[in-house]
Order: sequence, then C-alpha cells, then structure tokens
Amino acid sequence: MTTRPETVRVAAGQGFWGDWLEAPYHQVTRGPIDYLMMDYLAEVTMSILQKQKSRDATRGYATDFVTQMERILPTIVQRGIKVTANAGGVNPRACAMAVAEVARKLGLGGKLTIGVVTGDDLLDRLDGLLARGHGLANLDTARPLHDVRDRVLSANAYLGAAPVVEALQRGAQVVITGRVTDTGLTLGPLMHAFGWAADAWDRIAAGTVAGHIIECGAQASGGNHLVDWKKVPDLANVGYPIVEARADGTFDLVKHPGTGGRIDVPGVTEQLVYEMGDPAAYITPDGVADFTTIQLEQVAKDRVRVSGVRGKPATDKLKVSIAYFYGYKAIGTLVYSWPDALEKARAADRILRQRLDTLGLKFETILTEFVGADATHGAMALADIDAATIPEVQLRIGVRAANKEPVERFTREIAPLILNGPPSVTGFAGGRPKPEEIVAYWPALIDKRMVQPSIELISA
Amino acid sequence: MKRRLVEIAHARSGDKGDTANVGLIAKHAKDYPLLVKQVTAARVARHFKGMIKGPVERFELPNLNALNFLLHGALDGGGTISLKTDAQGKVFSTALLRMEIEVKGRGKR
Repeated sequence: MTTRPETVRVAAGQGFWGDWLEAPYHQVTRGPIDYLMMDYLAEVTMSILQKQKSRDATRGYATDFVTQMERILPTIVQRGIKVTANAGGVNPRACAMAVAEVARKLGLGGKLTIGVVTGDDLLDRLDGLLARGHGLANLDTARPLHDVRDRVLSANAYLGAAPVVEALQRGAQVVITGRVTDTGLTLGPLMHAFGWAADAWDRIAAGTVAGHIIECGAQASGGNHLVDWKKVPDLANVGYPIVEARADGTFDLVKHPGTGGRIDVPGVTEQLVYEMGDPAAYITPDGVADFTTIQLEQVAKDRVRVSGVRGKPATDKLKVSIAYFYGYKAIGTLVYSWPDALEKARAADRILRQRLDTLGLKFETILTEFVGADATHGAMALADIDAATIPEVQLRIGVRAANKEPVERFTREIAPLILNGPPSVTGFAGGRPKPEEIVAYWPALIDKRMVQPSIELISA
Repeated sequence: MKRRLVEIAHARSGDKGDTANVGLIAKHAKDYPLLVKQVTAARVARHFKGMIKGPVERFELPNLNALNFLLHGALDGGGTISLKTDAQGKVFSTALLRMEIEVKGRGKR
C-alpha cells in the first residue's frame, strides 16, 4: 500500500513562453513545493516550433526550458521536486535529450529520470485521418479542413493528464510533453500523488480548476489584478501561485512567504473567469468541470480556499490545434500632436487610404486605430473626453492580404506622409514596417480513440 | 441615480479565437442582483455596438457573484490574424466597466 501525502503543493513556474525567467528559480528555492508546473504552449507556438524542426531535426521545443532547468536542476534533484512542462513542443524527445545532457554536465548523471510524452502530433497522419472520414472541421466556422489542407503547418491533439500520470508512476522526476493541456500539467501530479481515479469526476474537476487558476502564473497572485491594483504589494518581487491540495479535492491557493503580490478572493475570481466559455461546461480531455459550483473563501492572508467543485464525465472527443498559413499583414504607425491631433491623424488615414485605392491594391482588411483616442475602447471612449485637448494620437494602420505584394507596397506608403501629409507628425524612428507571415489557428475535434499517447523514459 | 459599473464591479477579459470573453464580478455580493438585472446580453451588445460583429451570450455564476459574456466577432479574426491593438481582447473588460447602470436610493459609495 502506497503512503499518500496529506497535502501536495504544485507551483506555477511559467504561465507562457516568455514569462518571467526568475519565477521557476524562486518557486523551487523560496519555500517547500512538491511539483513545479511550467506551461509553454500558446495556440500558434506549435507552428513556429514545427518550422524550426523542419530546418533542424534536433529543434522544435522551448529552448528557454532547458536554460531554466540548468539553473534549477541541482535544487530539484536535491529536494526531490518533480517537474511537469509542455516545453517539448513538436519534439519532446529532443527537449528531454537536451535536459539530460545539462544534467550530466551538472554532475547529476544517473540521478534524473525524464519522462517523455508523445502521441499528440497528427501532422503526418492528417491525410489518413481525412480519408477515413475525420473531417477536422473548424469548430468556429464549420469549414472542412480540406479547404486549407495544403497550407497546414502543424496539427496536434490536446492530450490530458493521463499520460503525465503514467510518466510519474513509472518514476519520471521531470515530465516533458508536447501538446498537453495547461490544466493537465497540474491535474496529473494531483491524480498521481493522491491516487485519484480517472473517473473520480469531482476530483478531476477540482484538479482542473486548480490548473486553470495557476496556468497563467502571477495572474492569480497579484499580476493584472484590477481591484485595488495600486495596493498590490511589491509586484517587483511577485510570488507566483502555488496550489496546496488535499486528497478530498479541496485546495488552497498560496504563495511563498516573503514574496510580493496578493492572493485574495477578487483576484482568484478574476482568474477563474479569464478565457471562460460556458462556465458550467469547462471541457478538458480529462473531464468536464462546472465552474458554477466553485466556492472561494479567504481563510488567511494570501490564502484562498477553493472547495465544492463538481465535475461531469469526459467527452469522447479531443480538441485538435491546427496551424495553417493564412497570408500576410503589416502595421504602420505615425504620431500626430496637438493642436487637432486626432483630426490630423484622421486626415492622414483618409489620404493613405485614397492612395492605396488609387494604386489598385486589394486587401482583405484595412484597419485603422487612433491610439490615445479610440484604439481599445472605440467610440465609447471618445464620447467621454474632449478630443480637442488630446496631446498626441498615434495613427496605427494595419493591412492584411492573401498575397505579399499589396502588403509590401503598403509598407512604403507610410513614411511619405511625414513630408506630404498633415503637419506635426513624429514617432517614425522605427523605420518602414515589415510584412509578416500570418500563421492562423484552426481548432477542431477528433475521436479520442484515434489518438494514443505514448511514454518513454530517459535516464540522464 | 446612475453609476458606472467600474464603481461596483471589476472584470477580466480574454480571447477564444474571434470571440472575446468578459467576466464581470460584483465587488460586493449585495450588488450582484443589480448586474443580473441590468447588464443583460442585449444591453452589452448595444454597449459594444460598432466594436463587435456577432451576437453576445451571457452566463451566470452566482457562486462567484459574476457574469460571463461572450462577445462574438469581436477581434478582427482573432489571434495572429487580427490587426487590432487589443487582438486578444484583454481590455474589453474595462470597456464594459464604462457602462452606466441605475442604482436606486443609494448615496455615494
């Protein structure tokens, strides 16, 4: 009979690829934790990694993770902290080999077992799946994948917690995955540590809620908090959130003592509703969590208790994240000053659009925003101010097209406005904008039984 | 008297494709019924007129004193396609907090 712990502490180390580099180190050194969870994969990250892998078969993963591991490996090996990370991208095995090499370099050879989770990558199987009637229709638009098949750059099913649990059970201290859900990286450790069954739906839902709260890092511990934001203490030294879970599925959100930030009910509530769809049906590969059952309570300073979470059985589908080449875009900006800042910027926009029209350039969209006036809140912002007093306005014009040519020509039409358009213009030091390739996201569903995760263990 | 939502509520917003979600949370439980009654999907759709192309859906989370709104067609295609400054709908939250609602028989908070 395995001894089960009373509580398990899962700490958030990274909320996205590009998050604070100091956070993982602080999480493993400034107080006790059992697991460090690191989320690296946004929706289009996979396509960027796929491109890297196609140029070099040893690439295609989040290289920052290896750098982070180099810094924290001695501590996690010494303290027995386990790590779950979807840093593997489209090449989890190469990522694991790189971590193993770092471990050996640090003299930790023989002391580290790395679990590698694969099976999410469907790119090479797409045509077979389509031929067998799996249409992979776009969840938002219902268009069949066939429409963009020749432009697909990556295709990955979202795996859940199950393969993470299996890797931990087989003795992995560091679990490196490809497209595993953000929540699965937190739920997996809890299922493993407490021995939760895969159909203990309320527990699964509770672990999923825990994962949702900490998957965006400090957004649950004081970062991006609107309520009394000026009073959030010491964000320079913000402590990332930690789930302190119990076997019954209740858990507390905490952070290490002596760190900055704040953990309170309003802040946790903000994070709960972040990127929320139907709150009664938060669907993951592991189960369906009902966010309308969550109870929050401030039980101590910087300690919020989460209880009451109810869940429903998992569906028989997995979500698939497909990235495809869409076209090109470019965004140009100029800054106009008082007096009449907004009027000048509007005049420049009209002139530019007339010139693009005269040139016969065809765009899917031309979008103009006046930053400092209506860029983010639209007309309702202008209704609240005296536009004549605005000190400066940034004219921001973006274009999008299937072909590169019109976008390229657009980028040459911004600078001339400095000398041949409305007056009092500045802010063009950045030079001509560059056309960017657009890689777009195509969400779809697939039958669960078509996707088989697999686990491999690598010893450092 | 009229009060802006920013005085009695807070919010956080994010994206799912071309849809922005706005979670609106009463600062005090006693004000949640005001939100339920007055901040309807139709009212939110009017508030964001010109900024969104699709319908607005509303979900209730009484346990959190919160409403969740889905604003469809809000992000110029969303994600990497979008040309918007706020391509991920991060500040649709504060745009909603500009809305005025009627608060009866109460003084300044």
